[in-house]
Amino acid sequence: MEKKINIRRNLWIALLLMMASGALFLFYNLGSSWEFALRLRGFKVVAILVVAGCVAFSSVAFQTLTNNRILTPSIMGFESLYLLIQTVIVYLYSDQTYRVLSSIDNFLVSVAGMIGFSFLLYLLIYKKGKDNLYLLLLVGIILGTLFSSLSSFMQLLIDPNDFFIVQGKMFATFNKINNKLLWPSLVVMTATLLIGFRMTRYLDVLALGRDQAINLGLDYNRVVKIFLVIIAVLVSVSTALVGPITFLGLLVTNLTYELFRTHKHHLLIAACIMVSATALLIGQFLMERVFNLSIPLSAIINMVGGFYFIYLLLRVKKL
Amino acid sequence: MIEVQEITKQYGEKVVLDKVGLQFHKGKVTSLIGSNGAGKSTLLSVISRLLSQDGGVVMVDEKNVTEYKNRMLAQRLSILKQSNHVRLKLTVRELVSFGRFPYSQDKLTKEDMMKVDRAIDFLNLRAIEHAYIDELSGGQKQRAYMAMVVAQDTEYILLDEPLNNLDMKHSVQTMKMMRQLADELGKTIIVVLHDINFASHYSDYIVALKDGKVIYHDTTDNIIREDVLKDVFGVRVKICEFDHKRICNYF
Amino acid sequence: MPAFCFYNEGGCLRALILTIVLLALAFVSLFVGVGDLSVSLIALSRVPRTAALILAGVGMSISGIIMQQMTQNKFVSPTTAGTLEAAKMGLLIFLIFTPGAGMTLKMLSAFLFTFLASMIFLAIVRKIRHRNVIFVPLVGLMFGGIIGSISTFFAVQLNIVQDTNAWMMGDFSGILQGRYELIYLTLPAILITYLYASRFTLVGMGEDFSRNLGLNYSAIMNIGLFCVSLTVSSVVITAGAIPFLGLIVPNVVSIIFGDNLKKTLPLVALTGAIFLLVCDIIGRVVIYPYEVPIGVTVSIIGSVVFLFLLLWKKR
Repeated sequence: MEKKINIRRNLWIALLLMMASGALFLFYNLGSSWEFALRLRGFKVVAILVVAGCVAFSSVAFQTLTNNRILTPSIMGFESLYLLIQTVIVYLYSDQTYRVLSSIDNFLVSVAGMIGFSFLLYLLIYKKGKDNLYLLLLVGIILGTLFSSLSSFMQLLIDPNDFFIVQGKMFATFNKINNKLLWPSLVVMTATLLIGFRMTRYLDVLALGRDQAINLGLDYNRVVKIFLVIIAVLVSVSTALVGPITFLGLLVTNLTYELFRTHKHHLLIAACIMVSATALLIGQFLMERVFNLSIPLSAIINMVGGFYFIYLLLRVKKL
Repeated sequence: MIEVQEITKQYGEKVVLDKVGLQFHKGKVTSLIGSNGAGKSTLLSVISRLLSQDGGVVMVDEKNVTEYKNRMLAQRLSILKQSNHVRLKLTVRELVSFGRFPYSQDKLTKEDMMKVDRAIDFLNLRAIEHAYIDELSGGQKQRAYMAMVVAQDTEYILLDEPLNNLDMKHSVQTMKMMRQLADELGKTIIVVLHDINFASHYSDYIVALKDGKVIYHDTTDNIIREDVLKDVFGVRVKICEFDHKRICNYF
Repeated sequence: MPAFCFYNEGGCLRALILTIVLLALAFVSLFVGVGDLSVSLIALSRVPRTAALILAGVGMSISGIIMQQMTQNKFVSPTTAGTLEAAKMGLLIFLIFTPGAGMTLKMLSAFLFTFLASMIFLAIVRKIRHRNVIFVPLVGLMFGGIIGSISTFFAVQLNIVQDTNAWMMGDFSGILQGRYELIYLTLPAILITYLYASRFTLVGMGEDFSRNLGLNYSAIMNIGLFCVSLTVSSVVITAGAIPFLGLIVPNVVSIIFGDNLKKTLPLVALTGAIFLLVCDIIGRVVIYPYEVPIGVTVSIIGSVVFLFLLLWKKR
């Protein structure tokens, strides 16, 4: 019983930390035109919360489905497809890109493309009657590689000046989020999370492995498919909103597992959302106000996450 | 009652189960025996819907398993397989509680708690109920999973090679526990066993499989015979009587 | 070339046929495409290009098969173990710290990084060998992604993202006499692989198994690592990344001819070279008079073939 209190306490601490970093981010050094600054920062905070929610839920659920801690759903080809779509758009319209296609259109095209892709992928695997999740992943990644090489080819054809438009999309950033995209993303994320949280108890059982899950009366294939759809929606929304942050999921999930040793997924995911939001808020705060760096936060997260991943692979005795 | 009709399963060209038809006796222990690759574990997986068959039906209480809701079926039939390499930070009690998932999902009632407690006592796990399962020995882990199945409290219990990786003492414990489940709680048990002497000692009925077909299905006394076993395993077996139980010597 | 006729007679015939196909394609490759076909042009650009293609094809496919033996996993290759990404990182680091230095240092830097990354990957594979076969390439691809993202971080800072992408895009169109000779470094690696073929077959059966037969397991592993790193880094420097070759060629050959390296190694080598030549010719004619970089052709054909192998292979 003592353990439960501990987790509760840690959850409260995480919540407080998140609130504190949010407040710090919002109110630190507001300056004279505080109304304007607050509004701008407010948008960023909302964007960070959206991304935190998407990344945390999708990564934890994905790792439970695949029974490991070192994969994240974003490697499944979503991000390379997103970049391919962006590259094609820039290739087609070059420097007219922003005029021809509003950011809302772009967002819709990207989300629709990514979700459509995931459905095709699931259909392909399940039609063939091979309900092997690892196979699904590998096929997704290979398709992702195909998309990346197509984009790198097209990027060769793009004028270097226009290339900067693509490069801007290659890294997630909270600095130039379009406010119009924020609210639809927030709504989609909240709705998906509401559905997702009602199903977290299935994740508890799925964590025991496929055979046990079936034994305990889960309609395994159906539940897995539902989670895959949820994951696809969340990853797409987050990617289309701010861009790819491949390894954020890896970093925050493992941090969460270390801090909250529980098998109860509703707690785990809630904790992970708070950990992600705190990490992003503090990271963004440091980048923006303290170091004044121009490097996108995601490039740093990917690097830190990358080193952490290699450390994880080498440290763990058995994977 | 569990009944399988014309079950067929193929892997590519290889036929693993060839029109298997069987009825299992209620409240009894039935062992599945046969050489490697005879199809014992595959049959068990098909009955428990872990594996889908290519042809034939599995009936549980006169109803096709495909017509059951998964949750309802999980209240009647449980399976314990050997590949339980879960690395979760889960205590024994938490694991056993999952046995109640088919009934109450994750909201345990008083009755669920009672059943969990009973299962823990039944398998003598009280002393380690708060220990993490990944820190247990092989035998303890096996008992924890068994307790989960007991808490699941199903009419039918399927066990796939429960003695794998267990030493002599734990093997005997497991088998005695299985007997108790049948005799005291009236469970119907189907178990895949490799050791013919355990099958001889602890089961009421034996089903012998060979090349995906049922070649014998009878009471234990009628199966543990030199001619029958030679036919099943292709090995000469000598049978001695000891304490009114038959022991097979095949060395 | 037909020196490997020693090994067996059926293999000899197949190898002979493949050699003829290869020579024919090499001939086509010399003369296909634009430009006046003067002797000097052929000597200056066409011969080097064809030679580089053949060496890269042989080298990459053989690297793939060695890696598969070392990890006992059919899905491992320079593409699925982070090797290509590591070579890229080596180039980048070279560019950051010693931008003016010569080819030798560039090569050394790429070599060191591929060697290190392969070693880390082997250490990782040891921990997951007994899990699902597909899990290993998944981790490898993840590993590659990580190395890639670390490189990208530096590339962004230096504002050379587009340039690094351009180097890494496999492309033989820039190959000229005097600028491609590093690729001949694959020759010793190929030679060693031939000499050690049977030993690599044994290594593929597992550490205990090969030690039991008196093999110096770790020495063979190190030789394998050396050959792979040398091949991959020299190919990447000369022509850029050529994905999938090391993955699909050994798999196709193994499905048809089995896994005895002594027998199949020549076939793998020849098939790899043929595949690359075909991709190159396709890339040169499909949007004539422009060229599609071979990295793209190989990647598209390669990923489709690999998906086919994954999804339609009989289990």
